[in-house]
Amino acid sequence: MATHSVKLPDVGEGVTQAELVEWHVKVGDVIREDDLLAAVMTDKATVEIPSLYSGTVVELGGQIGEVIPVGANLVLIETTQATGEGETPPASTEAPAARTRSGKADTPVVSSPPAPAPRINVPPPSAVRSPTQIGAPRNEGTATLASPAVRARAREGGLDLRQVIGSGPAGRITQADLDLVFATPPGKKVVHQGSSMRAVRTGAQEIKVVGMRRKIAERMALANSRIPHITVIEEIDVTALEDLREKLNAARGEKSKLTVLPFVTAALSQAFIDHPEMNAHYEDDAGVVIRHEAVHLGIATMTDAGLAVPVLRHAEAIGLFETAAEIARLSALTRASKANRSELSGSTFTITSLGPLGAIATTPIINHPEVAILGINKMAVRPMWDGSQFQPRKMMNISASFDHRVIDGWDAAVFVQKIKSLLETPALIFMGEGR
Amino acid sequence: MKTETCKLLVLGAGPGGYVCGIRAGQLGVDTIVVEAAKPGGTCLNVGCIPSKALIHAADEFARARVFADENELGIRGTAPTIDLERTIAWKDAIVQRLTGGVAGLLKKARVRYIQGHASIVDGKMVEVQTGAEAIRIRAENIVIATGSIPFELPFLPFGGRVVSSTEALSLQHVPTRLAVVGGGYIGLEIGIAMAKLGATVTIVEAADRILPQYDAELTEPVRKRLADLGIALHLCAKARGLDKSGEALVVDTTNGELEIPADLVLVTVGRKPVTAGFGLETLGLDMKGDFVAVDDRCATSMRGVYAIGDVTGDPMLAHRAMAQGNMVAEIVAGHDRRWDKRAIPAVCFTDPELVVVGQLPGDPRSPGAKVATFPFSANGRAMTTERSDGFVRVVFDPDTELVLGLQAAGAGVSEMAGQFAMALEMACTLTDIAETIHAHPTLGEVIQEVAMKAQGRALHC
Repeated sequence: MATHSVKLPDVGEGVTQAELVEWHVKVGDVIREDDLLAAVMTDKATVEIPSLYSGTVVELGGQIGEVIPVGANLVLIETTQATGEGETPPASTEAPAARTRSGKADTPVVSSPPAPAPRINVPPPSAVRSPTQIGAPRNEGTATLASPAVRARAREGGLDLRQVIGSGPAGRITQADLDLVFATPPGKKVVHQGSSMRAVRTGAQEIKVVGMRRKIAERMALANSRIPHITVIEEIDVTALEDLREKLNAARGEKSKLTVLPFVTAALSQAFIDHPEMNAHYEDDAGVVIRHEAVHLGIATMTDAGLAVPVLRHAEAIGLFETAAEIARLSALTRASKANRSELSGSTFTITSLGPLGAIATTPIINHPEVAILGINKMAVRPMWDGSQFQPRKMMNISASFDHRVIDGWDAAVFVQKIKSLLETPALIFMGEGR
Repeated sequence: MKTETCKLLVLGAGPGGYVCGIRAGQLGVDTIVVEAAKPGGTCLNVGCIPSKALIHAADEFARARVFADENELGIRGTAPTIDLERTIAWKDAIVQRLTGGVAGLLKKARVRYIQGHASIVDGKMVEVQTGAEAIRIRAENIVIATGSIPFELPFLPFGGRVVSSTEALSLQHVPTRLAVVGGGYIGLEIGIAMAKLGATVTIVEAADRILPQYDAELTEPVRKRLADLGIALHLCAKARGLDKSGEALVVDTTNGELEIPADLVLVTVGRKPVTAGFGLETLGLDMKGDFVAVDDRCATSMRGVYAIGDVTGDPMLAHRAMAQGNMVAEIVAGHDRRWDKRAIPAVCFTDPELVVVGQLPGDPRSPGAKVATFPFSANGRAMTTERSDGFVRVVFDPDTELVLGLQAAGAGVSEMAGQFAMALEMACTLTDIAETIHAHPTLGEVIQEVAMKAQGRALHC
């Protein structure tokens, strides 16, 4: 019988502490070596910590949401194998053995960090946590089997029967299956409203705001409470830009294609020449604005865990295709939680784009301590009056927010007009105009 | 010009159009139905109902003829005669009662019914030429329910002794020699009826068997019966036209050219959709071959324009049109509806009758499917009606027991269509059918038996 401690390993370069976001075990669980104990979250990634021992969990080192330093006890495990050492001393029985291998056999160190190299499992994004779903969607082409009455009830309840697993013979979906889906409490009368049947839903789910979500919450609260935002929305005729993009892409063949984003980054880099006040940090505590010459563009990216902002460095110095490739690389890394710290920090200006979900207008929140943010809204063909008739034009709105403490409305408007003119006449972006 | 407005305008008052109108009326949708001929369409006027009346009369006559001779039942009668003019008048009275009923139902549902020839101006406007005046109707939604007409062969144009099913259902005399071009269900139904009424009937079919869309096993009882009734059948035979005298049908067979003398030539080689003559082409709708292309909501490529029934393609069946009409009315009333039917039953009122629901054996959609059949010869009720030919057949998935198709051939099996369709629509398994008590003594027991046989536990064979 021996009790061993599993400590929080060094989970990344320069990381000194991590937040506990999930326990995979509880006191009393019998576990085997390599079973996952907990997930911890650092600035850049969620890391799964495996057990180094087989045994019974006797103590957990913290609560969900607690920030613990590297090297602190994470879990105490009671093993059945007899060892020389008795109690809690954390350095574990394997430490001397490891030392032996590295040729320092006779230094019995008790307080050294655990010898076995920490095993870090970065979970694939899909494994993080699957959303609650009604059932595994059926394979395409497989028939949904249900009586007409069941089909009608599903239709009226707005339910796609392909999402329901049938418990009846041959996989037939029964009324009972729908009862489960609609979760009508037993004995509760279903309320009829007109012709549509709706079930009363009760209950609430408590979700702890921890890890990345807490970080996002803090940063958003900080930005929104400190910065008085002014948002300017403008529509942009991107027909010419789209023509250009299409031509460039046509020449690319099978290689990766350009999106609108590289054009926007190029336009921004160009616009910052005339508007250095926009590519800046306002260190409000120190009362100083630092204008940056380098254009490091934060690209707001949605990941399974929430919003992250990888940084396209020196956007002013790289070409369109290079930019496109770099953005693709960054967003893939970020979505896989594999971006390193330098790839996730140091932006001087941020772009947020929701692509086809981009709506007509948004009110972007500035990425503190930056002073401005550009939101890209969705593109649509709209009829535009050219003076004599309506013309179908590809239109795209932009929604830009500015820190009104250091940027006046006038300057904001001039800057937005500059962006508009560059994007509407893309040749200007590449003429090196003003230089 | 008088102008009317409505939320829903239905062009055609056949089974699809009038059902659409009634359902829309029930749901409070302001609806107008326009019909150029009589309400009820092909089905009531020159299709389903008249042919069933004729078939019934023919069956009764044939039965009476049996009693004139020595028979097993020991019934003695005298040789019957038939006054076909009177038969047709009786049929017309039934048709009149039904079409009048449709007009009454539309009225009861507060649907405005306009008799006249419609012509589409644009996707929201239709002009109707009634007897006295022209009316402009502005509609938010238009339903094309113009149906179909018999297909005409260019080398056998209708006229004179060459007729379509429409004329064949209103004959005043039984023809002495009838040649039927096309061995589909319409030609067979009328051909068999005429044979029973005393005509010498010859059927010419281009394929290598009758009812070529079904399998040989299913249609074999009908083929046998044709022979019993003395109907001559020429397969792999192509009609070429009338001979010079105009009194015989010229047919190319595998054994060379053949002349079939005929007083009447009935051409039943299919039906074509009515998509011309009322301005439909001005809408420029997407078509699927000759038919109007529709999605699973019966919506055409133009917003607010729907199409239902025969104009939308096969199967050209009244009950399909009715279901589509019902659905479109509900969609126009704001319901979220989509075509989700698993089965459209098809019935042939041949002798014996055929019912086909769901998948036939060998359907490519279900390569692993198995088949079981159970004959009426082992059914007591069938014997007591002197008709024990035919069988019931089930196509099923051996892994799940799911019933994929049900078919039957036999006298009176048309009434099984409802149970078959319900079995498919409810997603029945073999056990569902086998464990349902089917009344004794009825033909329906065979349905239970075939399900048990599929499970390897048939009791009566």
